[in-house]
Amino acid sequence: MKTVSASPIVHATMPSGIIRLLKLLPWLVVAALPLALPGYEPLATQVFVMILFALSLDLLVGYAGIVTLGHAGLFGMGGYTAGILSVHGITDPIVTALYGMIVAAVTGLVFGAAMLRTKGLTLLMLTMASASLLYELANKATGLTGGEDGLQGVSFTPVLGLFPFDFRGKTAFFYSLATLFLVFTLVRALINSPFGWSLRGIRENDARMAAIGCPIMQRRIIAYVISSALAGLAGALQAQTTQFVALYSLSFELSGNILIMLILGGSGRLYGAFVGVPAFMFAQDLLAKQDPANWFLGQGIILIAMVMLAPGGILGIAERAVNAIKTRRGA
Amino acid sequence: MMDTATLETRELNCSFGSNPVITDVNFKLRPGERRALIGPNGAGKTTFVNLLTGRLRASSGNVLLNGEDITQLGEVRRIRLGIGRTFQITSLFPKMTVRENVFLAVAECEGIAGKLFRSVFRYRQQFERVDELVHRVGLSDVARVPAQLLPYGRQRLLEIAIALALRPKILLLDEPAAGIPTAESHVILDIIATLPKEIAVLLIDHDMDLVFRFAQQISVLVQGSILVDGAPQDIAADPRVREVYLGDSKHGLPAVA
Repeated sequence: MKTVSASPIVHATMPSGIIRLLKLLPWLVVAALPLALPGYEPLATQVFVMILFALSLDLLVGYAGIVTLGHAGLFGMGGYTAGILSVHGITDPIVTALYGMIVAAVTGLVFGAAMLRTKGLTLLMLTMASASLLYELANKATGLTGGEDGLQGVSFTPVLGLFPFDFRGKTAFFYSLATLFLVFTLVRALINSPFGWSLRGIRENDARMAAIGCPIMQRRIIAYVISSALAGLAGALQAQTTQFVALYSLSFELSGNILIMLILGGSGRLYGAFVGVPAFMFAQDLLAKQDPANWFLGQGIILIAMVMLAPGGILGIAERAVNAIKTRRGA
Repeated sequence: MMDTATLETRELNCSFGSNPVITDVNFKLRPGERRALIGPNGAGKTTFVNLLTGRLRASSGNVLLNGEDITQLGEVRRIRLGIGRTFQITSLFPKMTVRENVFLAVAECEGIAGKLFRSVFRYRQQFERVDELVHRVGLSDVARVPAQLLPYGRQRLLEIAIALALRPKILLLDEPAAGIPTAESHVILDIIATLPKEIAVLLIDHDMDLVFRFAQQISVLVQGSILVDGAPQDIAADPRVREVYLGDSKHGLPAVA
């Protein structure tokens, strides 16, 4: 059949230790990047943070089938939590990141419990509304958040007490890469767990899942809370690595962008976030150079083209190409 | 927990708006019974099944399991109590493979479906059960094929495997043979024959040949009410039943022996 993957064959012929090393290889290459491209650390850090954010969204969009246009609300909650704590003297990166996750998770639980009874368009509108609510709260609470000026005076002590955030962004680079690796490992374990499979079942046919005794609402809320915590972690990382929290981190624009990045890469594929985020940022950079005023036009055209021609994103195209080559060889 | 169960309804009513669909139905399904529910199109058979499984709520009357009132319990609770079903319209997880489809049901049944971090592939015991069920319905050769690529008849068999995965004490089969060529509908009977004897099975089908080969007891539902209830030969001989089916040649009742 078409969908049989090649991996079991590879596994059969190679010792598992080597496979594991091969899987680590891309990470090691990326970790060596500062040697090859010095000066690009801050940009790479931004990419890592966005990949982490997109990965948290993939858990919802790609696996649980919950499409949200308010994910930035949770990202921003994590960012503001870490930022505000640091302004008030709690400056350990890992501690503040954990607080960011907790606050985002609790926010996700409260909103999720209210919203996830609905589906489809209604749910989409509610997610948007929930994020706008947080955005306006942050906008008004200038004493706490700095409002439109953003949160100033954010700074953090060295990671693990050993690695201070430096000017060139090396610490931020490795800190965010390590966090991304941990989260990737966690998400991969999640989607391969019985829980992850049941989420796919709910996405494919929720009525049938109910009919086999699955507490759908509970599963969806758990997925939402985990995704919220991870989005909050991404937000906290953003605050820590840029030493600034802007209102943008709660904005509809960011919610939309992160969804576009995920769809561009391919949702429900785990690696979609890793492909979509750099592709989006690259395209954004290129288009902005061509026409700084109207680059949204180019972005819109790319999005429409992707949705109409390649619903599986870039990874979907790659998958089809590989399948086509395989069938040609087979024939 | 008891291995057997008796499912019963008392004066069960259900109406959609002002239209009564089920009227005053008294019905009983005993442990180990092989009963068929027949009736013309629109008689309310699927509605009745939905009332039994908790998908629909009764307007009045009661559903009882082992004498206990379960009228107010939802679908999930009733599944846990052992009421399993298949759907008239195939309802699967189309992009997931046959094994994955069955695993979802096994995982829910065994209470591991909420486990967050352990890889599914470590649940060897559960997968053994999955493979056993897949084998029982004759789908081993397509175990790793996505459900949506199966021919319709085999999708029906996967439906049954999912229902069996939940270890039902009572199995409600809503037109399991619909879409299966008549010559192959015996496969359904073969699968039912492998079930433990104490499981009660209610079969709803239009295929009279299948119904009469399967059933020990037949209930005839007409316009939301039980018209008659009895052994197959009595049902086949009943003039009222023959009248209901008269002129509807594809539902032709077998000749009275």
